[in-house]
Amino acid sequence: MANIKLSANKLDELREVCKSFNNEKGELINVLHKAQGIFGYLPAEVQEVIARELNVSVAHVYGVVTFYSFFTMLPKGEHPVSICLGTACYVRGAEKVIEEFKRILNINVGETTPDGKFSLACLRCVGACGLAPVVLVGEKVFGRVSPDGVKDIIAEYAK
Amino acid sequence: METIKLKIDNKVVEVAKGTTILKAAREAGIHIPTLCYLHLHDLNIENKPAGCRVCVVEVEGRRNLAPACVTECTEGMVVNTHNIRVLNSRKTVLELILSDHPTDCLICAKNGNCELQSMAQEFGIRKIHYEGEQSTYREDTSPAIIRDIDKCIMCRRCEMMCNDVQTVGVLSAVNRGFMSVVAPAFEMNLDHSVCTYCGQCVAVCPTGALTEVDHTNSVIRALADPTKTVVVQAAPAVRAALGEEFGLEAGTLVTGKMAAALRRLGFDYVFDTDFAADLTIMEEGTELLDRITRHLNGDKNVPLPILTSCCPGWVNFFEHQFPEMMDIPSTARSPQQMFGAIAKTYFADKIGVKRENLVVVSIMPCLAKKYECQRDEFATDGNPDVDFSISTRELAHLIKQSNIEFNELPDEDFDHPMGESTGAGVIFGTTGGVIEAACRTAYELFTGKKLQKIAFEELRGMEYIREATIDFNGLPIKIGIAHGLGNARKLLQDIKDGKSEFHAIEIMACPGGCIGGGGQPLHHGDSSVIKARQKAIYAEDAGKTIRKSHENPYIIKLYDEFLGKPLSEKSHHLLHTHYFDKSKEIKTVE
Ligand code: SF4
Ligand code: SF4
Ligand code: SF4
Ligand code: FES
Ligand code: FES
Repeated sequence: MANIKLSANKLDELREVCKSFNNEKGELINVLHKAQGIFGYLPAEVQEVIARELNVSVAHVYGVVTFYSFFTMLPKGEHPVSICLGTACYVRGAEKVIEEFKRILNINVGETTPDGKFSLACLRCVGACGLAPVVLVGEKVFGRVSPDGVKDIIAEYAK
Repeated sequence: METIKLKIDNKVVEVAKGTTILKAAREAGIHIPTLCYLHLHDLNIENKPAGCRVCVVEVEGRRNLAPACVTECTEGMVVNTHNIRVLNSRKTVLELILSDHPTDCLICAKNGNCELQSMAQEFGIRKIHYEGEQSTYREDTSPAIIRDIDKCIMCRRCEMMCNDVQTVGVLSAVNRGFMSVVAPAFEMNLDHSVCTYCGQCVAVCPTGALTEVDHTNSVIRALADPTKTVVVQAAPAVRAALGEEFGLEAGTLVTGKMAAALRRLGFDYVFDTDFAADLTIMEEGTELLDRITRHLNGDKNVPLPILTSCCPGWVNFFEHQFPEMMDIPSTARSPQQMFGAIAKTYFADKIGVKRENLVVVSIMPCLAKKYECQRDEFATDGNPDVDFSISTRELAHLIKQSNIEFNELPDEDFDHPMGESTGAGVIFGTTGGVIEAACRTAYELFTGKKLQKIAFEELRGMEYIREATIDFNGLPIKIGIAHGLGNARKLLQDIKDGKSEFHAIEIMACPGGCIGGGGQPLHHGDSSVIKARQKAIYAEDAGKTIRKSHENPYIIKLYDEFLGKPLSEKSHHLLHTHYFDKSKEIKTVE
């Protein structure tokens, strides 16, 4: 993974976020939440800045980031793929769909392809159980996805 | 004081309100086992994450068993610490911990000294009924400390030490569930982190997860090599603790037996780091006087206070965390390094041995010294001034391996010239000792008068931050003392904020000073051991005929024959150092 450098205004924005929480140690989770909103993920540099601003150790920030599965240190792909793992989707074979995505993209859940195009994540029920199994790419919903259909979805975005 | 009455194992106990069941039981002589809990009473350090559940007891009227280490007593409580339900539950908890723990105790560095092992023994565990996946984690070796996290039981004592006591903040619990480990940020290796190698995490780790890098084999090899002359130096705090490894009571001084043991191990010259401590005082004390005089004469370029620099854990700390203040500490090297520099020049010449054929081994209470002797600036043409630094614990192993009956040894003396020391050198081993030694010399050099009373009681004790004003013939010299890096940080912050009024400050990274160092025999949570060592150190000082560094005849001779005078060019070259801004070296993930 390349070392990202924070741009000056993003850094300011991050400092503002910390300030909006009064640089309180106890607000770490909220600050991280907001920061992930800004950057899409939480690279090491972001965690270091937050640690300094809230006056906690970087190790502690990293500890919190790795404790909650919501937080990620990996940038999302240009086309984030999310597969529903709710009961309905699961029963109708979502797992096989995931396996197929993993196979074709050659990444694990939670990872991003080296070209930055796709990332893979799992979701809880997205409320479209009638269409199970459901796959989201960005905002777009694909219903009744079969393992065979996976390559077509990928092809649609892999330009 | 409001008190509470309760019954523990049918014994009526009266305790202060707010007392935990664990403490109440201990007061009543009932020893409930604990694993994650740690209380260093004399140092005011406590760890109670209530994570391991080994300490559970039954409280009548409650459905669930209660962890004794965090459950407060209430009036009329009836506690049972060892009925069958409690015993079974404790066993289950322990078996669950063991089910995710390697069972290669025989070849573990902590074998015989591990709290988990002793507990399994006490509980009579013969079979582990839970088979599960074993977590594996890469081993991390730094210049001083090895992390073998497969052996971690997540008691989080190390984390508490590193974060709350030392405020270094290297270690934190990361990840969740089965994957959770205690690790530096981004799970990088320790040597990429801001670790000071103080070793306080090692000192409290109940298992073999954190241990020192062991150099005993290198020492054995050097001793066996006929082309090498091997010189050993032993630090002040070692003689006050080594006996514990041989079953002697804490606080037993074993100076003479230690010298005898080192001689029997085959060292060619058995010397004393205390000699180098006297030398440190000559240099640091002179520097102190020089800086105070120039500062008082209005030289604005001379900053005060001056900070001691003999603790490499502390040096690492300010290089990482306060690089903007690197001009404040004294430039004097630690006694370990002064010793090495003199041994490989002055002494090597004296005995006609070439530098590369002289091996210097140090016995230290300290793990940071392992790192210190590997620093580039302490080597000449790649040959280090100190070749190997081993801990008090490693020395004990070495003695046992060599079939030496330590307790039967006669008392012997150190060799000359680098084995002669004063009481001032000895007290380097405890918090307050370095600055007291410096005051003894600085006072006499500054005032030209003899001290009426050699012991500066006002500088002694275990309080974390102490201050005293010493009257230098009408000139009040304000002294500060801090031990434990968290307390050092407070004094440093005051200096940074311009609020400090001290002229000189002594800092030692370890709580208690080197007597509580990361390389000492393990205290297993009993901090009275550290107090006993402190007493021993002062007793050794009191028993010495010469108690001031500048009166050490061999130090006087060293200056006459070789160095000239303190702060001379030669002294600067061999006995002083400079510091590096390490804050930028803090690496992020690749
Ligand atoms: S050696 Fe000291 S600084 Fe390093 S991790 Fe252990 S407690 Fe922290
Ligand atoms: S490394 Fe040792 S002290 Fe730290 S949590 Fe693990 S077992 Fe406890
Ligand atoms: S206080 Fe002593 S034992 Fe601890 S790090 Fe410093 S020199 Fe080493
Ligand atoms: S379970 Fe997948 S949409 Fe409801
Ligand atoms: S000792 Fe009480 S929970 Fe670990």
